[in-house]
Amino acid sequence: MNKMVLGCSGISVRFGGVQALADVHFEAMQSDITAIIGPNGAGKTTLLNVISGMVTPSHGQLIFEGRDITTLQTHKRAWGGMVRTFQNLEIFSNMTVLENVTMGCHGRLSVPAWHSLLRTSRSRKLEEEVRREALAALEFVGMSDLAQTTAKDLPFGKQRLLELARALAARPKLLLLDEPAAGLNIAETQLLADLILRIRDTYNLSVILVEHDMELVMRISDAILVLCFGQTISRGTPAQVQKDPKVIAAYLGGDED
Amino acid sequence: MPVENRIRRHFSCEKMDPSSLLQYLITGLTLGSTYGLTALGFTIIFNTTGVINFAQGEFVMLGGMMSVYFMHALGLGEPAAVILAVLGATMAGALVERLAIRPVRDCPSINLVIITIGVSILIRGLAMLLWGKDTHVLEPFSGNQPIMFLGAAIMPQAIWVLVISLFLLAALKLFFSGTIHGKAMLACSYDSKAASLVGIGVQRMVLLSFMISALVGAVGGVILAPITMTSYDVGIMLGLKGFAACILGGLGNPFGAAAGGVILGVLESLGAGFVSSAYKDALAFVILLILLFVKPSGLFGLKDSKRV
Amino acid sequence: MIWLAAFFGVLMLAPALLPNNYYLTILILGCLHAMNAVGLCLLVGHAGQISLGHAGFYGLGAYATSYLSATVGLSVGLSMLAGVGLTVLVAILVGLPSLKLKGHYLAMATLGFGIILSILFTETVDITGGPSGFVGIPRLSLFGWELRKDVTLFRALAVILCIFVWLSFNLLHSRVGRALRALHTSERAAEAMGVDIARYKLLVFVLSAAFSGFAGVLYAHYLTFIAPSSFGFMFSVELIVMVVLGGMVSVPGAIFGAFFVTVLPEFLRAFENIEILLFGAILVLCMMFLPDGMAGGWNRLLRWGKARFAGGLHE
Repeated sequence: MNKMVLGCSGISVRFGGVQALADVHFEAMQSDITAIIGPNGAGKTTLLNVISGMVTPSHGQLIFEGRDITTLQTHKRAWGGMVRTFQNLEIFSNMTVLENVTMGCHGRLSVPAWHSLLRTSRSRKLEEEVRREALAALEFVGMSDLAQTTAKDLPFGKQRLLELARALAARPKLLLLDEPAAGLNIAETQLLADLILRIRDTYNLSVILVEHDMELVMRISDAILVLCFGQTISRGTPAQVQKDPKVIAAYLGGDED
Repeated sequence: MPVENRIRRHFSCEKMDPSSLLQYLITGLTLGSTYGLTALGFTIIFNTTGVINFAQGEFVMLGGMMSVYFMHALGLGEPAAVILAVLGATMAGALVERLAIRPVRDCPSINLVIITIGVSILIRGLAMLLWGKDTHVLEPFSGNQPIMFLGAAIMPQAIWVLVISLFLLAALKLFFSGTIHGKAMLACSYDSKAASLVGIGVQRMVLLSFMISALVGAVGGVILAPITMTSYDVGIMLGLKGFAACILGGLGNPFGAAAGGVILGVLESLGAGFVSSAYKDALAFVILLILLFVKPSGLFGLKDSKRV
Repeated sequence: MIWLAAFFGVLMLAPALLPNNYYLTILILGCLHAMNAVGLCLLVGHAGQISLGHAGFYGLGAYATSYLSATVGLSVGLSMLAGVGLTVLVAILVGLPSLKLKGHYLAMATLGFGIILSILFTETVDITGGPSGFVGIPRLSLFGWELRKDVTLFRALAVILCIFVWLSFNLLHSRVGRALRALHTSERAAEAMGVDIARYKLLVFVLSAAFSGFAGVLYAHYLTFIAPSSFGFMFSVELIVMVVLGGMVSVPGAIFGAFFVTVLPEFLRAFENIEILLFGAILVLCMMFLPDGMAGGWNRLLRWGKARFAGGLHE
């Protein structure tokens, strides 16, 4: 609870004439669920993109588990234990559910390519291990029975779960969730909240999530960062942030979107 | 032997003397005009649709070949043959858009690449069937007598090339900035959804862009044919060099396309004259590769925007 | 795998069924084309890239081995190895900067590269013999045993082709194949899962170039004569036709496409000039109406057959 897993200092991002993020500072603690919230256009997803490496900040520094990763490529961040899900689902629609989840193991379990080319016993053993891990992740989210279904044939809620399972298969140290509740109804959101808590407790990882759904955020977060027009306007526990007049003003008096 | 090569051989020498230099410059400008017009064709279609039309070079070929056909096989006078040829190529452009492009507009770009390559081969195959594999000469518009200018021999056709190219450039500029159709096409290039929302018939504009590109390409082919001869397979080289000119000038920039064409033509001519004429074709592609690898936005292009 | 064994068996038996040696030549060429096509299929169908200059690698392998064995005097085996090695080297040199190119930019870059090589083959007369070609290439010999008879050579080629197919299947069914399919569908997600996209694209590009280079080496030592016209833009296009016809993702489809395109000119003897037209038509029509090519059509036929007969059993 006291060690920092991810630290952003002075992160600024410009897209052409738009300042998407301006001098953002925040720290996510080990084993915490940290939420990033804010009205539309606040820069939440941009910040997540910076953290995961898909956008390079014009200024600032990013520290992950004590290492400076500001300019580290995305796939290498994945190797280091930072995995994300996407707001607009990016599942591999033509692969089965199981294959999708095995992709999560890609960075973690590997053999040199020539083993794959010649189908050596080492590569075959790897395939078995990968399959086991993938099935375990599917089991955890409750989708083992759908393992052979083609991903694009799944209902939307299950596709979201699939992205989660895929991320879990990577055994991340830091899980980045980009609006995981988007498009889910109230019941599904409740289940999601329970699942995220269960994930954090079982796998003992840290979570950073970007969300609009205030009930979800208030229920499961340990810490909240509030952004507005690319700037930090509040930081703290859910209780603190809820009472912060600046936050209330930013949302125009409500926690409704 | 092509007139240009005859003259080049006559003046070829290792030292860089002013009249040789001028000679190569003029040859380069002449060639470069056609590259520029071809490049313009690419640009117009790309700007309106985001598609790179690999078959662009074939429109250039059609301009020259059809002129030859109308003149020699049908016995028409040169002006009539040339005009008919350009019209014919324009119709070909419309057909290509209608039959091959419109049905597959939303395909992944690799599919479109392959389709336009297929179209270019189809057109070439048709040309070979109809007109055989021989090279043909189109009569120069006003005779063969070179005009001497500062020690360099200028073919009258070269002057036609330069004049017609400039005229076409000016006409296009007027069209795009002055007429409602031209501005509509530009609107499509910036945002086709927004354009259709304000009532612009995007499909019609796409068709128009193909027709104009074909027209421009065909004119380039017609004016150059008397100088460099024409055959069923000149399309590939010309198309590729036109594309190289496009990239050189910055893809999407019409002025860049024209400038790129001229620069490429001059470089090629100087290279052929002073270095080696065997590898002159390779020069354009080496430039293309270097550009694509190092600076795909070319000389006058906009910088690539960052992926979000 | 059963399929592959059956295919191997058919290939081995084929010479016995053919009336004369001319048809054997067609089979041999078909095998060589198939080797090219399998590599290209991996690149186009699975890695989602495109190469319009692959004939260049074919020619590079052919000319390298010819020069080294006939002019320099190295042993055939060594020249072949060096030929493939050179192709791999050039593929890395060209592939690395091409990694960031996409779509039509990549297409043009590969096209330009192919044409540059083609011009080099024609103009460097001292090395390649120029437009009239390179004569006097030693016949293929494996481990000192010269394959003089065409039948033996064909059987050796068949074995090599099946090895290529086996390697491709292994790759596609491994984590590499998964990563390729993933990056083909969503590069962002693949990256987020730890796929080094640049590395995989380069890997497949170099592998497909190596396949072509190897085929080129074999081609040179089979025909004992090569000319630049075999390695130009038209051949690169033919390779694309083979892959497209097969249904870009299917390795068996690519092989079918290769043999189809090799055999087709034989049927068109009467209409000699129609070949180019036909290739163009195939490309356009396939991409528009049959994007999964013959393999897709075959799969659909199988499914229809299964549905029909399974349904029939229930009645």
